[in-house]
Amino acid sequence: MFEAILAMLGLGAACGSILGIASRVFYVYEDPRIAEVESLLSGANCGGCGYTGCSAAAAAAVSGSAPPSVCVVAGFETAMEVGQLLGVDVGSAEPRLSFNECDGGHRAADKYYYIGVNSCKALTAMYGGKRECSIGCLGQGDCVKACSFDAIHMGPDGYPVVDGNKCVGCGACETACPKDILHVQTTSDRLLHFNRDIDALSPCAQTCPAEIDIARYITQIREGDYEGAVQTIRERNPLLLTCGRVCPHPCESYCRRGIEEDPVSINQLKRFVADLEMNSGRRYPIKCAPNTGKRIAVIGGGPAGLSCAFFLRRLGHDVTIFEMMPKLGGMVRYGIPEYRLPKETLQWEIDGILNLGIECITNVKLGEDFDIQSLADARFDAIFLGVGAWKDYSLRVDGEDLKGCFTGIDFLSRFATHQQGDGGTDIPIGRRCAVIGGGNTAIDCVRTLIRLGAEEVSIIYRRTRNEMPANEVEIVAAEEEGVKFAFLAAPVQVIGDENGHVKQLEYLKMELGEPDASGRRRPVPIEGSETLVDIDMLVTAIGQGPDVSFRDKEKDLEALNITRWNTIDADNEETLQSSIPYIFSAGDAFTGASLVIEAIGGGRRAARSIHQYLSGDEIKPVDHSLYKRHIPESLFEQVDGLQNSERAKMPELPVAERIKTFEEVDLVLSEETARKESKRCLNCCRLCYNQDAA
Amino acid sequence: MDEYIVLIVSCIFVNNILLAQFLGNCPFFGTSKKMETAVGMSMAVIFVLVLAGVITWVVYNFMLVPLNLTYLRTIAFILVIASLVQFVEMFLKKSIPALYAGLGIFLPLITTNCAVFGACVINIDKEYSFMKALVASFSFAVGFGLALILFAGLRERILLARVPGPLQDTSIALVAAGIISLTFFAFRGMV
Repeated sequence: MFEAILAMLGLGAACGSILGIASRVFYVYEDPRIAEVESLLSGANCGGCGYTGCSAAAAAAVSGSAPPSVCVVAGFETAMEVGQLLGVDVGSAEPRLSFNECDGGHRAADKYYYIGVNSCKALTAMYGGKRECSIGCLGQGDCVKACSFDAIHMGPDGYPVVDGNKCVGCGACETACPKDILHVQTTSDRLLHFNRDIDALSPCAQTCPAEIDIARYITQIREGDYEGAVQTIRERNPLLLTCGRVCPHPCESYCRRGIEEDPVSINQLKRFVADLEMNSGRRYPIKCAPNTGKRIAVIGGGPAGLSCAFFLRRLGHDVTIFEMMPKLGGMVRYGIPEYRLPKETLQWEIDGILNLGIECITNVKLGEDFDIQSLADARFDAIFLGVGAWKDYSLRVDGEDLKGCFTGIDFLSRFATHQQGDGGTDIPIGRRCAVIGGGNTAIDCVRTLIRLGAEEVSIIYRRTRNEMPANEVEIVAAEEEGVKFAFLAAPVQVIGDENGHVKQLEYLKMELGEPDASGRRRPVPIEGSETLVDIDMLVTAIGQGPDVSFRDKEKDLEALNITRWNTIDADNEETLQSSIPYIFSAGDAFTGASLVIEAIGGGRRAARSIHQYLSGDEIKPVDHSLYKRHIPESLFEQVDGLQNSERAKMPELPVAERIKTFEEVDLVLSEETARKESKRCLNCCRLCYNQDAA
Repeated sequence: MDEYIVLIVSCIFVNNILLAQFLGNCPFFGTSKKMETAVGMSMAVIFVLVLAGVITWVVYNFMLVPLNLTYLRTIAFILVIASLVQFVEMFLKKSIPALYAGLGIFLPLITTNCAVFGACVINIDKEYSFMKALVASFSFAVGFGLALILFAGLRERILLARVPGPLQDTSIALVAAGIISLTFFAFRGMV
């Protein structure tokens, strides 16, 4: 007995001392915080986080390769404690949620009849699954089986439905899905997502320059979830009230219903929910990621700058906007007249963006009141250059600087500044006014002049109505309001009277020749067709470009490349990074004069690059990018199974009433009409869509 | 030489530690859901079992037998194996971090693996020489790995099969394990 005890003690002592010595000899320094973090984690060793056990997860959290929220079981409070312990912001502790991209399900056509085992993985092995659609949900529910938290169930339509309250964002479903349909994302991930050619996208969403998930928000309107619809739009576009009014909706040209009949009135529906929010008296909450402490200067408070600032703020960065005009909004405020976009509405929208905690400094101009160096001194980490295109092209004919001659943007912005009571002087309006140009700026000028009481207003354009770049609805509205059009007319000189005031305009008649680079037929002058018209006011609105004079005023900016159209150059039009690494650009300053929605999309694209830049990541374009492209298989020649239905008609002020005031012309749809219109949407995806009930 | 070949075949197939002796069933079911984990576990077992087999043989023959304390075999072996695993873990972490990372969580799990303990006890019961104990330990471990990897492959396929509700997961795994075990009985006549 005694021997046995002694032997065991001896063996134990031997083992103990060997281990003791070994622990000294084989000592490896380990961050003591790993043990501390591990003690905070659940200790379940469930592997839900993707690491082998809690100690591995703790080590990853300490090394920074995993966020403080690494533990999927422990919840937000633990994430906070871990974050505190590690001294890092719980920024990445934004909740992750699973999102299902595909809502095709049973609606999608099948390639073959399948009676094998019910597993998506097995089904994928057979020609990539039974669906015609190469990316769609197979509906066998591998994700449902993979979820340990009972947060996914197979919905009645054959695609999985995620319960946001139960989902912990562990990513098991994403791993289980062989089709890449389920994505576990934070809100930031969603804000940073750009269309890819492997995504489930409707043709309209592929077309929208801001990449709004149109089918989703119209579905939400149909279901009466107006707040959800607004949130869906806000993931891509912070200026929904503005776009709902002024967007020329390129999306509607790709509407699948539009192949057979009138397209869905997508933009009117956007305006409907946007107005609903404004009139509800309550702003829907906008989620922002926790602060990162990085500071960005946004130069230019137009749509591109506002969009960039909005998305950077939502990603948790500190943003300051520098604006040369007295108020924010840029060309949307100073170029678009009151009757198309009431300034009160615009202000409400801008206030909502600034409420997120964005600072703004107005009445300061780059190159005059501050420069890039002063921003660097003020410790900004990155700069967004969205100075827009404010410089009117000149006609280059004699007499264009006579009294009574104006340029388009200059005229509109001076008038708008005065109208909003921000100083400036009243512009004397002539009786017989001519506006040269065929774009939206020209139309805005004529419609403004009519409202200001000009007796006769005409548009002089060197091509025909078909080639006019202005929106069709705008041209129609101008025609209704009594604007005269002189087509195929190219001004050659402006003739003044003895006081130096404009008296007559001389133009040459033209005929259309061969198509030019833009695909429009080039006008060719007819010899000896000089014509004179009597006018007492002339506005030239033949296009505009960015004013890059700030570049000459600062030595460091010589490195900033610009193109021969005076726009800011970037190596890659998808990263929008200029030749100076910390300067990014988008909007008209980058593209040249273009659409508001294009600037908004560009602003978000720049925000993504700036976010990558600030996170120290490589700035690279989106993989599988669908930038300015369409998925070929999603574009149809014909669409089966449709019943004719009438497109919602936009209510508008009667002509006689509207030409006297600057009251908003286009009115909003009623809820009933909007709901009815939303039912016309086919909720398209790549291949499948909802056919109309017969 | 023939002796050793017979020993190897008998340890791997005929007396397969999992399917003929039914030792180490917890890791057999616990880590056979995925091929990746099964391979990791097998490697860890091979590594530890060879060391444990050798050291327990030494402890038994040079300590317990001379002192007439063979009845303390069980408790002494448990102590030795547990310390050994701890030691190996520390050694690997310092010297071969890559292997340590590869074996990951499976190394500490083996502390409580009865296949390891069982193999050591069998070595003693059969009164193997030192060389034989070494070869037998290695072969048992290989047999364990073989059965585990076979079974993991099978379970990955069972996942795709239509299994009636009440039999799903562990139940069907037990049934399948039973059938594989039966097939291993076919090796009985070989040696």
